[in-house]
Amino acid sequence: MTDLFEVADLVLAGTEGDEQVEAYVARSRDAQVRVYEGEVEQLSTAETLGVGVRVVRDGRQGFAYCGTFEPGAVREALVEARDNAAFAEHDEWAGLAEPDGVEPPEVDLWRSDLLEVPTERKVALAVELEHAIRSADPRITGVESCDYADATGELAVATTTGIRRNTRSTNCQLVGYSLADDGEASQTGFGFSLGRSFDDLDVEQAGRDAAERATRMLGAVKPQSAKLTVVLDPWVTAQVVGIVAGTLSAEEVVKGRSLFAERVGEQVGTPLLTLVEDPTDGRTWGASEIDDEGLASRRVPLIDAGVLAGFVHSTWTGRRTGTASTGSAVRGGFKSTPGASCRAVVPTPGQASPDDLIAGIDEGVLIQEVFGLHSGVNPVSGDLSTGAQGLRIRGGAVAEPLREFTIASTIQRLLIDIAALGNDLTWLPMSAAGITLVIDDVAISGQ
Amino acid sequence: MLDEAVIQRTLGAALRTGGEFAEVFVEDKRSSSAMLDDGRVEELSSGHDRGAGIRVVVGDTTGFAHTADLSEGGLRSAAEAAAAAARSGGGGVKTVELTRRETTPLGPIAVMPQTVGKGKKVELLRRADEAARAEGGSIKQVRARYGDSRRQILVANSDGLLTGDDQVRTLFVVSTVAFGDTGMQTGYESVGRTIGFELFEKHEVEDIARESARRAITKLDARPAPSGTLPVVIGPGGGGVLFHEACGHGLEKDLIDKGASVFKGRMGEQVASPLVTLVDDGTMVEEWGAYAIDDEGSPAQRNVLIQDGVLTDYMWDFLRSRKDGRPQSGNGRRQSYQHLPMVRMTNTYMVGGKSEPDDIIASTDHGVYVSSLGGGQVNTATGDFVFGMTEAYLIENGEITEPIREGNLIGNGPKVLTDIDAVGHDFAMGHPGMCGKDGQGVPVGDGVPTLRVKALTIGGTAA
Repeated sequence: MTDLFEVADLVLAGTEGDEQVEAYVARSRDAQVRVYEGEVEQLSTAETLGVGVRVVRDGRQGFAYCGTFEPGAVREALVEARDNAAFAEHDEWAGLAEPDGVEPPEVDLWRSDLLEVPTERKVALAVELEHAIRSADPRITGVESCDYADATGELAVATTTGIRRNTRSTNCQLVGYSLADDGEASQTGFGFSLGRSFDDLDVEQAGRDAAERATRMLGAVKPQSAKLTVVLDPWVTAQVVGIVAGTLSAEEVVKGRSLFAERVGEQVGTPLLTLVEDPTDGRTWGASEIDDEGLASRRVPLIDAGVLAGFVHSTWTGRRTGTASTGSAVRGGFKSTPGASCRAVVPTPGQASPDDLIAGIDEGVLIQEVFGLHSGVNPVSGDLSTGAQGLRIRGGAVAEPLREFTIASTIQRLLIDIAALGNDLTWLPMSAAGITLVIDDVAISGQ
Repeated sequence: MLDEAVIQRTLGAALRTGGEFAEVFVEDKRSSSAMLDDGRVEELSSGHDRGAGIRVVVGDTTGFAHTADLSEGGLRSAAEAAAAAARSGGGGVKTVELTRRETTPLGPIAVMPQTVGKGKKVELLRRADEAARAEGGSIKQVRARYGDSRRQILVANSDGLLTGDDQVRTLFVVSTVAFGDTGMQTGYESVGRTIGFELFEKHEVEDIARESARRAITKLDARPAPSGTLPVVIGPGGGGVLFHEACGHGLEKDLIDKGASVFKGRMGEQVASPLVTLVDDGTMVEEWGAYAIDDEGSPAQRNVLIQDGVLTDYMWDFLRSRKDGRPQSGNGRRQSYQHLPMVRMTNTYMVGGKSEPDDIIASTDHGVYVSSLGGGQVNTATGDFVFGMTEAYLIENGEITEPIREGNLIGNGPKVLTDIDAVGHDFAMGHPGMCGKDGQGVPVGDGVPTLRVKALTIGGTAA
């Protein structure tokens, strides 16, 4: 099997003059099983690989990629990247990462036992999940899809500026989408389990969640419009925190697109709120030893007791702002250049359990799902509006299900209006971990 | 793209374990883009993807594998992996006779983007930056992006089909940020067509830039959006995503078959106001969701889904139409050779009506006018959907008045379809879109005339 550094070295060997060259070489192997009504509906296995090449020449950057390790195509990508650089404008801050003396953390993300799992066991587990969902409740009328998927990923980054690092990881997941019906209307739910090793997967939990998420919505009604206290469950909070984190990219700040530019050191939210970007924590989904420029991952405080602590930086934003990279360069794979971005935001938990938090609310809504965040949030203006569903909270207890309404606020207000965080830090497959969050005074729009 | 004999042998290898159907999908895609941000041409990017996806069907099971190695050995390995994944008891040697079917191109590509100098593409970005900033001092940031792609595909299958297509798309997008007393607001405008660089003979980048800047500046004066349920008038071209979400996804046969659509079992019924005729049409020359053949080799078609409010058709891919013993509808699409095809929309639009657009607004006492919608999302099983308003105004006493801030609208598909009570004669296609389903994105188009929905819930904060 081709060593990734061999491919990287092929790129670097083509360097001309005093140009800087970076090779980002990635390979992943994926398996996916989808079952339907006890039978395999789809089974796919695949290897995806490719090289992204950046060239910086006279302060101009160019990029090209190819989805193969074939030497001719790899060399062509370098030539094309160099040609592209000639058409970019001069940028005094352009340049590749250089070794900064920070050693990568020891994060063990590779489980070789995952590679040994036979396809039959993967199929059996997906079938087992489908069965678990169907048998959990008589009101479950179907399982729309039930997937097992696993992946092994390898990455090497090498540059003419002295970066030469690699990393690898495994992951697997089990996801089921359920349908429930009470004769009046259908409702949907989902359940999942994640891990780095096959044995991490908890089929019982995933099955229970999928059944419960669908059945608890049966009989849901549309609420009246009101301003109320809302409780976000960890699944929803992780998505909202991901949006907040998006505004804390130094790239957005230097380009005048962040709400929080110029506000470092100011109180931007409740003192209850502390957020840290921590890809060195192996429990986060975005954990990694290195970032996508080959620098060591590290902890970056974002919001400390409500005070804005700082932003995440790539090499470029570090240079441009006179600071340094925080090891937060992130790419969408070998087909794109790095930006500065959070990938593993961890909120500091509060003291109370979710049940205790709900017990303290006389009238509110527990939000268990949001949809349309991509269309209803403007991270530049801060406007935030999303479709939601969940359960009414009345007299400190959850009551009837609610659907077809929106919750709206602004990112700025939301951080101030947070009234409590739960003690239930939850690791989710997103750029942030989840936690129960209580927010006062949120606009609910319904009837 | 590949030798016919190699394809035949690959299909043979794919059928060795008893597959009933095998398919080789080969793709060679070259793309290029150029980006200007923060006043500077930041980066040009070029990409090349090339590979094959092979699927084997046995009963209701599909095995799939893909490879970037297009040598006969690479294809054979992928074929064997797909066959193993779909394995059944059978076996033996099957031979496939391929019959090449020529594809009729949708329209000629006048200027292949790959033949245009990079300097010319960069020049478009500079012109857009200048035009956007000239709209007013409040424009503080401009990002302009040029993109083109050429996607050549070949589809061969064990039914003997051998065909291909050459798909060229060109896109230009301008995003702006305006700064005022109330903070920052954003504007967005894009033009994308399934044609080459001649796009810029038909559209001036200055117009795209100015429209983007105008949107951002307009919103500086915007009030918080209302909350609660109001009549909503949607402007021509700006609201096609309404139908994409409200019922388009729910008419995809794969979701119907799994009981995950509120439109299941409703064929022939009145599912919408008699004013509604909805079409999905992959043959619309130049439109963003157009192509000559789909990614299973079936020619694109114009399919009427809803006629005068009556549900007349679903959308299908190869597997679903085979199961139901009916012809394909040209809706089998995939993001790339690394993905399995599934039922997807193309250009989905609502046919124009008879009303005067001005009369529709004048007869609305108190409501919201949405001239541009952003993306959306739907739960097809419940019919609940949302979509974002990126440019919207209040309607007060029959007149469009103040702009309102961004937010989502939420509604229920079947209810909204029956609540459409006015349709204008001013049909227009909308913006190029990217539709996501089950992790795959494909380019789609949409369009609507001015129309009114009696009641939609506005996701704002104002009482």
